Amino acid sequence: MSKIEEERVNHKMGIVMGNLLKTGVIVAASIVLFGGIIYLFRHGLAQADYNTFQRVPYDLCNVRGILKSVFSFHGRGFIQLGLLLLIATPIARVLLSIFAFALKRDTLYLMITCVVFGILIYSLLNK
Amino acid sequence: MSIWLFTILIWLGSILAGFLGALTGLGGGVVIVPLLTLVFGVDIRYAIGASLVSVIATSSGAASAYVKEGFTNIRIGMFLEIATTVGALVGAFLALRLASPLIAIIFGLVLIYSAYLSSHPNRENAEIDKPDVLAVRLKMGGEYPTSQGLKSYSVGSVPAGFSLMFVAGIISGLLGIGSGAIKVLAMDRLMRLPFKVSTATSNFMIGVTAAASAGIYLNKGYIDPGLTMPVMLGVLFGSSLGARYLFSAETKKLRLIFSIVILVLAIEMIYSGMKAGIVK
Repeated sequence: MSKIEEERVNHKMGIVMGNLLKTGVIVAASIVLFGGIIYLFRHGLAQADYNTFQRVPYDLCNVRGILKSVFSFHGRGFIQLGLLLLIATPIARVLLSIFAFALKRDTLYLMITCVVFGILIYSLLNK
Repeated sequence: MSIWLFTILIWLGSILAGFLGALTGLGGGVVIVPLLTLVFGVDIRYAIGASLVSVIATSSGAASAYVKEGFTNIRIGMFLEIATTVGALVGAFLALRLASPLIAIIFGLVLIYSAYLSSHPNRENAEIDKPDVLAVRLKMGGEYPTSQGLKSYSVGSVPAGFSLMFVAGIISGLLGIGSGAIKVLAMDRLMRLPFKVSTATSNFMIGVTAAASAGIYLNKGYIDPGLTMPVMLGVLFGSSLGARYLFSAETKKLRLIFSIVILVLAIEMIYSGMKAGIVK
């Protein structure tokens, strides 16, 4: 691929990435806010207790449980869904870089990026 | 305290933390964890989980501006991310095993170091006369826009930068902060990249690094929705405000004040960690 062509791919990728990240953050924050409002109106008068650590209920700690909680219209489920989406934005950025390096036929960096992507997926699915 | 009042107070505190974090370039995380633990008495494990999520939010929010300008070097960022993400996994697993008071003490020490780094502003690097062999083989050099058009740069000591990035990843995963100061240090002082390139690339890496440990924190029940909601929304709002005032405010004076605040928080964290450790 010629240098000018590569520059064009880079520039285009930059714009796509920028928009992807911005949209991801705005959508995630909106879902968190929505869930937060439901949560506050339902539980706002209870006492806040974060002094002692108890693990967050298991259903709010994994993708399947969070989706189940969203379908039952729980505020805390919506918050976790928004946070999950937020965690996914940098992962999507790495995925996009995989496509970019494949497009540029840059095998070395394609492999490097796949390693990073694998580590991220491992972390998210780790039990 | 009722959940309503607690949420609103945490939200306001997080706005302030995000604002100061963006102005000084240290990120909101370094203030959020001490604020939650020392002022609100939140268990440090919840605080770290909430802080980590807000780190991703600010990094992704700021990145959309950075990538368009063309300062980010994706090649360098991606290569170093192997070190930071593996480090972040190690850090997160360490956090699951270390006692809370010990984590508080480590946090305090890292805080002091961050305050020290932020009070020593970066200077522009001289050009490198002999680029690193590995950097040439990995095609890391690049160009960045200046007032005189595109300027090319080469890259120094990759192995040293890579090792320091591994440490940055561990600290990020263990303490729930972006550890941007250490990332910039590695790229600026060791790999000798132009300052704007290292800042933009560091921001790119912070989000990916934090995502690597966030998955583990989520699975292990450290990310509490009720607490993380006001923290994330507050830091996001505060940091976008801070980025807007970046060039108008008297940053120098603010930096100094912020360094002093951080120093006080750090000493408090270490003291509380030691006290809890002895009582236990």
